[in-house]
Amino acid sequence: MSETSKILCSRCGIYLTMGTVTLTYLEASFPAELYKCAKCGLVYIPEDLALGKMAQVEKTLEDK
Amino acid sequence: MLTGDGSLSERSGALPVKERNKKAAVIGAGLSGLTVAWELVKKGYPVTIFELSEQPGGKILKESEERMPRHIIEKDFAPLINNSMLETCWGSGVGVSGGMVNFADLLARYDAIYLGTGSNYALPAGVDLTFDEQGFPSHDPKTLATAIDKVFIGGSLILESEKRSPIESVSHGKIAALSIDRFLQGVSLTAGRSREGAYETLLYTSLKGISPEPVYIEDRPGELPNSEQTLQEANRCLLCTCLECVKACPYLEHYGSYPKKYVREIHNNLIIIKGGRGANEKINSCSLCGLCAEVCPGNLDMGEFCFKARKKMVETGKMPPSAHDFALQDMAFSTSELVALHRHQPGFSKSRALFFPGCQLSASSPHYVGRLYTYLREKIDGGVGLSLSCCGAPAQWAGREDLFNENIDLLKKNWTALGNPAIITGCPTCFSVFRKVLPDLDCETIWTVLDRVGLPENSGAGVKMKKLAVHDACTTRYDKPLQNSIRNILLALGHQVQELENSRETTTCCGYGGLMSYVNREVARKVVEKRIAENPEDYLAYCAICRDHFAARGKRTYHLLDLIFGSSDHDLAGDQGPGFSKRQENRYRCKKSLLKKVWGEEIQTREPGFELAISAAVRSSMEERMILTGDIIEVISHARSSGNVMENTETGTMVAYYKHRNVTYWVEFTVENESIYHIQKAYSHRLVIKG
Repeated sequence: MSETSKILCSRCGIYLTMGTVTLTYLEASFPAELYKCAKCGLVYIPEDLALGKMAQVEKTLEDK
Repeated sequence: MLTGDGSLSERSGALPVKERNKKAAVIGAGLSGLTVAWELVKKGYPVTIFELSEQPGGKILKESEERMPRHIIEKDFAPLINNSMLETCWGSGVGVSGGMVNFADLLARYDAIYLGTGSNYALPAGVDLTFDEQGFPSHDPKTLATAIDKVFIGGSLILESEKRSPIESVSHGKIAALSIDRFLQGVSLTAGRSREGAYETLLYTSLKGISPEPVYIEDRPGELPNSEQTLQEANRCLLCTCLECVKACPYLEHYGSYPKKYVREIHNNLIIIKGGRGANEKINSCSLCGLCAEVCPGNLDMGEFCFKARKKMVETGKMPPSAHDFALQDMAFSTSELVALHRHQPGFSKSRALFFPGCQLSASSPHYVGRLYTYLREKIDGGVGLSLSCCGAPAQWAGREDLFNENIDLLKKNWTALGNPAIITGCPTCFSVFRKVLPDLDCETIWTVLDRVGLPENSGAGVKMKKLAVHDACTTRYDKPLQNSIRNILLALGHQVQELENSRETTTCCGYGGLMSYVNREVARKVVEKRIAENPEDYLAYCAICRDHFAARGKRTYHLLDLIFGSSDHDLAGDQGPGFSKRQENRYRCKKSLLKKVWGEEIQTREPGFELAISAAVRSSMEERMILTGDIIEVISHARSSGNVMENTETGTMVAYYKHRNVTYWVEFTVENESIYHIQKAYSHRLVIKG
């Protein structure tokens, strides 16, 4: 993924850029590189990521 | 073991064993003695064979060359005879006289001795054994131990002539070898040996669909079968297995094995401390319908086992939250103030009966709930109250005893306040739940009531008389009066009853039971498809979910209420049924319309202040992803109030997300006139964004 996205934060008026976001589930917590608004912190998770990798991680953590 | 195809030597060569420091003597190289020697050599014991004749084989050497070709016998024995752990003493009789090996010497030199001298030889001289009533040397039939310490006995020497056979001799050899091994290790000779030798098997093999075939090989002395006959005879073998439950249940079949293995996997899944719990999905995919127990010759109930496993998982905090969350939220909706209602009939301060349609009938056919309630009030004196809620089956199936008990307590409290009327359920599952947990409750289904009081006037005007295949509800598989009433009503309506091959106590699940369809759609699909393929006639169901599940897979299915109240201007059997969102909306509308119609009360609907436009394709994707219209409303409402919206400048769509309960929902949309939201896409995840 490029550093700057095509996703515009409507409130801040700036494009989301790659940044570290903490994701948590059950008792696990881990960092992920995702597009986020450098100003307000709004995050963008595309459909394929949510239904692909993230769903796999959820299942792994649930079955742990 | 001794196969004649040379495979023995290939197999044995691959198994190096450590030589032990105790050794055994085998007296007699017949089949039992050779078997003892082979079994002990395999375990690493040095063995010496003492044989009076000059070669191994004993009685089988008396068979003709044609029947027992010598080169095959030699090939079979070679791995043993040539084994470095074996010493052979041919022409060595055992006794006390000159030229014989002295038995007392053997006792001193060896740690264990096996006596297998066969029927033609007397007990070697010097062997001081008493004889039993039948004239055989005394021995323990289970272990083949004799009264002399370290001496074991077997083969034709202790077999009555009619019981003697090569198989018996080999069996004795194996039993004696195991005893000798245990004796040399100093452990119990008898523990855990109940299933040794011949015993009555528990294995059941159904012969259904198997046509008898003739015996291809007649036992004619001196006549050998040709290879074609031999193959035909071998092919008559059924390779006996039971698998009655696996044949009956697509869930059990899906995982490619059978319950004995599943039970072990599930047990391990429950006790594992660290590591993956690979059987979670298996535990949660069972419909808990009880068919396996019904068809199992041993009554093993995988459903009961999975049910207990679920409760244990909940108890230990190891139940995956995603498994049942959607169904439990749906139950929470059905029991919420928004849709629940518990009332006396207007004008009554007491209720003789209370109609409890159940959340799924209200969700599938809210219009029938009103019609039924009207009819029941006409037919039953003394007041018929109404109770709209959920019986708690989803919580029970999810192993959530806490939620289930909480719900039952609340229902009891409401019913007590209404004077403990008799309950009339519209749903077989509600009935089965109440009957089990509230055995003192006076409860029956609308079907036995309608069978007794008669059908409403003009019943069945909307549906032409036809032959219908009855699908019984799995939650009431043992309820004969209910099942009989269904058939009586069908006949009273003028229809013909077609019994499915699996009906009444052997009926199947529709793919919903145990919350199967939420956890494992693939298995649920297999369950539905197997059921709907059973008969080409239109089906008749009396559970709203069964009807909707079959219809959604393209099987024309009527609900019994369709046949009573249905209108001819609608394709009742072909109706696909409402989706998840519509089901909730229907429950709400059911309460709203009944309150207005029966009690003259209005409830105000809270509007979100904007409209949603959702295409059929997006709705279908939402259904697949278990996303409700209400979830979309939450996201849009939050986006409108917070201003947290993004724009995908590549596609021109807006994007917003919101964590609602335990799930984060994402919606991509376009906006028309600031008030109509055209939904392009909706998806969700359970990982939580912490920022």
